[in-house]
Amino acid sequence: MIRAPSPVGAHPVRDHQAKRYARGRAQGALLQMLCLLLFTGLAFAQAIDPLPFKDHAQEVRFQSLTRELRCLVCQNENLADSNADLARDLRHEVFDLMQQGKSDEQIKQYLVDRYSDFVLYDPPVKASTMLLWFGPFLILLAGAAVVMVTVRRRGRAAVTVTNDKPTEEGDDW
Amino acid sequence: MSRLLPFFGFLLLVVLFGFGIWWNTQHDQREVPSPLINKPAPAFVLPKLDDPAQTVSRDALLGKPYLINVFASWCIACGEEHPVLMTQGKSIGVPVIGYNYKDASEDAKEWLSKHGNPYDMVIVDREGRTAIDFGVYGAPESFLVDGKGVIRYKRIGPLTPEVIEKELKPAIAALSKEAP
Repeated sequence: MIRAPSPVGAHPVRDHQAKRYARGRAQGALLQMLCLLLFTGLAFAQAIDPLPFKDHAQEVRFQSLTRELRCLVCQNENLADSNADLARDLRHEVFDLMQQGKSDEQIKQYLVDRYSDFVLYDPPVKASTMLLWFGPFLILLAGAAVVMVTVRRRGRAAVTVTNDKPTEEGDDW
Repeated sequence: MSRLLPFFGFLLLVVLFGFGIWWNTQHDQREVPSPLINKPAPAFVLPKLDDPAQTVSRDALLGKPYLINVFASWCIACGEEHPVLMTQGKSIGVPVIGYNYKDASEDAKEWLSKHGNPYDMVIVDREGRTAIDFGVYGAPESFLVDGKGVIRYKRIGPLTPEVIEKELKPAIAALSKEAP
């Protein structure tokens, strides 16, 4: 999945802790513990806030969904990671909606209706977000144009230099 | 001329940077614009603070505009907003309904008796469930609801004399103009 450029900040790196541990030696028991640690890392939000999931698949779905939703209180965190009170409430809300058999899209829409597109880490492509999605490509194009023009001009300047006597330093930069 | 081009590029960046700084002093980046403006307020039924046996619903409040002010005793910014509501709450022209958000009722009562009660009525949302329908994500927040139950204006953060003068009062004036 492509992470959209977030207007507020970077996405928190989760496996940072696991990596730090992983740097050590790789003895059997330790490795095993590491694997365990990796998974507890993923289920961290779960651990601080246990919810009675029907099965593992639902839990996985819940985790991936809440990771795509922004916490509104601490806006650089997603719902899955956030410890904020409101994030917990919203996790419960998402959980309840799941129990009611709502689809991911419906749940997202439910939150968007209340908190606007801001809750989505992936802003939808629409008129107001065109610049956000395609602006970088425009800038890239503009940069390419500048490079092209400069290269051409330099090429021409080089030709004149070889033909004529060396002029005053050309106004290329 | 083209030798000056990098300088102009630099100048452009400086202007952009300056604009960014200026923009951020004027706007709260953390503010999430509510999608509920000009939409019907969510249906709610909430108990009153002073008498939990009685409930207040959106439909019961239809007919007259009112201001919902989300507050809590644990909320520091609400303490800053409170004196403003005490002095100006009665003069804005619509009833002010306190919305006690995720708060223990005893704490809220104590807070109101200590600092004064600027509200015409206080309703309680202990769990904050209805607040999710309103798109509340912090306190204080204020919603201006018109006689038809439509949210017309939302303030995120404390109401200050300036905000009341420049935003809230014009919004209320617009309401009374359309009313017959």
